[in-house]
Amino acid sequence: MYLDNERRPTLTPQLAFRIAVIGGVALVMFAVIFFRLWYLQVLSGDSYVAAARENRVREIKVQAPRGEIVDRHGVPLVENRHSFSIKLSPDKLPRARAERAQLYRRLGRLLGLKPQRLERRVERELRALPYSKPTVKQDVGPNYLAYVLERQNQFPGVEPESEFLRLYPEGVVGAHLFGQIGEVSPEELKEPRFNGVSIGDRVGKAGIEAEYDRFLRGRNGAARVEVDALGKLTNTLNRVQPIQGQQLRLSLDLNIQRAAQQALAGGTGRGAFAVMNVQNGEVLALGSQPSFDPNIFSKPISQKKLDALTAEELGKPLFDRAIQGGYPTGSTFKLITATAALESGLITPSTPLSDPGSLTVGGVKFENSGGVAHGVLSLVPALTVSSDVFFYQLGRDLNEKGMPLQQWAHRLGIGRRTGIDLPAESPGLLPTPAWRNALKKKDLTDRYWSVGDNINLSVGQGDLQANPLQMAVAYAAIANGGRVLRPRLGLRIEDATGRALQQLDAPTARRVKISPETRNAILEGLNGAASAPGGTSTPVFESFPIPIAGKTGTAEWTGRPDQSWYVALAPYPNPRYVVAVTDEAGGFGADTAAPMTRRILAALFDVKESGLVQGGGAPD
Amino acid sequence: MQASAATAVRDFRDDARARFLRIDPLMLVATIGLIAASIYVVGSATADDRPGDPNYYLYRQAAYAGVGFVLMLLIARLDYSRLREWKLGIYGFMIASILLVYAVGVSARGSKRAISLPFFSFQPSELGKVLLVVSLAGFIVDRIRRLGDRESTSRMVLLAVVPAMLVIGQPDLGSGLVYLAILGAILFIAGTPWTHFAALGGLAAAAIVVVVIAAPAVGVEVLKPYQKDRLTAFLTPGQNQSKEAYQVNQSLTAIGSGGKTGRGDEATQTKLDFLPEHHTDFVFSVVGEEFGFVGAALVLSLFALLIWRALRTLTIAKNFYGALVAGGITAMLMFQVFVNVGMTIGIMPITGIPLPLVSYGGSSVITTLIAIGLLQSIHAQARETAAVKRL
Repeated sequence: MYLDNERRPTLTPQLAFRIAVIGGVALVMFAVIFFRLWYLQVLSGDSYVAAARENRVREIKVQAPRGEIVDRHGVPLVENRHSFSIKLSPDKLPRARAERAQLYRRLGRLLGLKPQRLERRVERELRALPYSKPTVKQDVGPNYLAYVLERQNQFPGVEPESEFLRLYPEGVVGAHLFGQIGEVSPEELKEPRFNGVSIGDRVGKAGIEAEYDRFLRGRNGAARVEVDALGKLTNTLNRVQPIQGQQLRLSLDLNIQRAAQQALAGGTGRGAFAVMNVQNGEVLALGSQPSFDPNIFSKPISQKKLDALTAEELGKPLFDRAIQGGYPTGSTFKLITATAALESGLITPSTPLSDPGSLTVGGVKFENSGGVAHGVLSLVPALTVSSDVFFYQLGRDLNEKGMPLQQWAHRLGIGRRTGIDLPAESPGLLPTPAWRNALKKKDLTDRYWSVGDNINLSVGQGDLQANPLQMAVAYAAIANGGRVLRPRLGLRIEDATGRALQQLDAPTARRVKISPETRNAILEGLNGAASAPGGTSTPVFESFPIPIAGKTGTAEWTGRPDQSWYVALAPYPNPRYVVAVTDEAGGFGADTAAPMTRRILAALFDVKESGLVQGGGAPD
Repeated sequence: MQASAATAVRDFRDDARARFLRIDPLMLVATIGLIAASIYVVGSATADDRPGDPNYYLYRQAAYAGVGFVLMLLIARLDYSRLREWKLGIYGFMIASILLVYAVGVSARGSKRAISLPFFSFQPSELGKVLLVVSLAGFIVDRIRRLGDRESTSRMVLLAVVPAMLVIGQPDLGSGLVYLAILGAILFIAGTPWTHFAALGGLAAAAIVVVVIAAPAVGVEVLKPYQKDRLTAFLTPGQNQSKEAYQVNQSLTAIGSGGKTGRGDEATQTKLDFLPEHHTDFVFSVVGEEFGFVGAALVLSLFALLIWRALRTLTIAKNFYGALVAGGITAMLMFQVFVNVGMTIGIMPITGIPLPLVSYGGSSVITTLIAIGLLQSIHAQARETAAVKRL
């Protein structure tokens, strides 16, 4: 073998000695460490415990301002405002209960708060999160700060903290979209989307603020400071600058949003609207009436104010009717019925049907509103004059195997969420035999599905629940030839100067097959409804310079005024925008929702309107 | 022929099982104990470090330990003597991997030490410790008959100083010093004359004088300011305002406040992040704070057990190469334990040396387990040789 030392080496005296030296070194080394540990831990342990308890080095969080939100032209919608809040530092609060109670009394007197309430709130928060810093009051004035800072011996553990609060320069405009921010909850901290967030940080809780939180959030900075026994800063050791969150540009157009909200405010006070680009799903305006001033949410609000914002008799201002409302849509639904009838081959655009003023099915008489008879007509004039009996027949005949009406309504997005980049959307309800029969089996309704249900659905009455955004999406899909768009508000992420950092991709649209003949016939009928003699909204739109296609709708409620609807596609025949408007108690579609739509379209197409637009026209 | 081949296979199996049984059980106990302590302490110290993911470091450390443990058992079954033939390749691989860091390394806190791999970042300077032991011991055995020569000594010094300087340049001063400690131990075990050690000591002293005093005086800064701070902060922790003095003070407060039996869940130094690097360099301070003198003494006793068994392995090695490898590994462990623990209790400068097996980090844990695997191999081979002789 090549190894010349394969034999076991005899432990020479020299090697033995050297190993002993190494062993000796190890022995000395462990002895030194043990004695040092004994000295540190056993002999001086108590003084180190004291040192650890009042560790003089504190890490102060430096809050990063959130990114701002601007409209499509860069006009700020959500900004930041600098403020000071008064917080408590738990490790510096007096330990004795009596002293603490004294502190709460002083604070209460100074800031106008009830001492007992303050004490309960602070102690509860400290029990839940032992290392948090409970807030006594947000957004306090400079003189209060100075008062507290000059009397630190009277206010032990009370510290001011600089904070950014949200500021909404446009007030009520777009209020429902932005949502609120608040301190991250322990449950949220566990979610992966809040990676990098720590306790006490403020994150988006609802609306756009929640949906785009990861961009808007920014990164908090920190300062490691040394403080004296009174908690006063003596020396800053090092500092990490906070990084502001990124700016978010929305597809929203402030002018159109404002015009639409003003138009709605002129109605009965409860309604909603959606304005969307027909080709790419960009939402230009989306809102609900009544609105509110989101500035009240930038700091904690009283229960009384919050109650007022959710009160039924005040119209529940916080409720976003545009995406959470569920309403029958009246005749605006006829466009979906028409699509189903044409695409399933039930009729062609030229199939004549007779409208004698009423239709009797299974002993029940379904009448045109107003009881008029339109005679024999095909689809286009039926849409123009909004003949109910024409569509009742379609509803009756579509109540067959496979339920084509429900299928088409589902494809066009009725009864499901549109997928807009807002978290609180509701799907609404598309009535089907399966749905009603299941309810009946659980004894939650009085009867099984019948053909009458389908006849009601064909004209948007009965159990149907949809909102303006869903109607806008369905109309857009027919106008653009079958792309069911996912509406979106977020356009791109930018730095503070408005330079693009990241384009937010347009979400992919769902495709449905709608033939050009179907589309053209429907648009022609809707154009007639807004411009031809006898059209349901001709009186409202005949003087409007841009040709449109539009449908009125009047949803009937028992024991309540009718709900007014209008959905418009403009300009005709190649629409760029869809506008959907509803007023919960506006009566006929042509009376309230159509004039509102005209005001929104005027803002969209920059049309100067002279005088007030009058409502009026045929019932539908 | 057929029969004899079959017999050979069976013999080999028996042999392997026997070899496995010949590993040192006490060393195994110390290793398992330290790994268990590490997983527990790293897990508890880092529970709040990643919000929503309290077990991130715990799981990773457990995975590293698992991989390292399997490697250790595999190596223990092989004959380490083969490594002597491969010394050139091993040495070349070590230098190349360290150089690779300069080319494609990822920067972390001002130094480039690691290469980013899909699952973890690999630090060649850590693995280099055990590679240096294995290759340097091989080079020395080749010159076994001329060990008293000055030329032999200077060659060995050169072989170790090259990687040490490359690593110090990353900059990773701590690992460089470990390389020099390994060099010293291997030369010492090899029997290098005392006069050579005296000369080397003189050279080292002169180098320190040049680096710390003479070069700055003429305007050449060899050490970066933070390195100098780290090396000197422990001398005057009270007055020094630097980040390093802050770290030493926080570590002393953590360990001291642990008292006799520890603060358990009230370990505020760790939990409130006063203690820096609490899962890597200052993990011993966490042990001291959470479990007090009892816990710290227990961990130290496990290290003492490990080093005692390593020295014992050194005395029984079946060949000179084994003795040198065992010596180098013993020195590597001793040096790292002493400097790391010394740093946390304020008697050694801050050099960024991890505590073997206990500090969080895949490269360090796996390297140390490979080294212990080599020790076990040396032990098993020695026992086997002894058994054969008895027959």
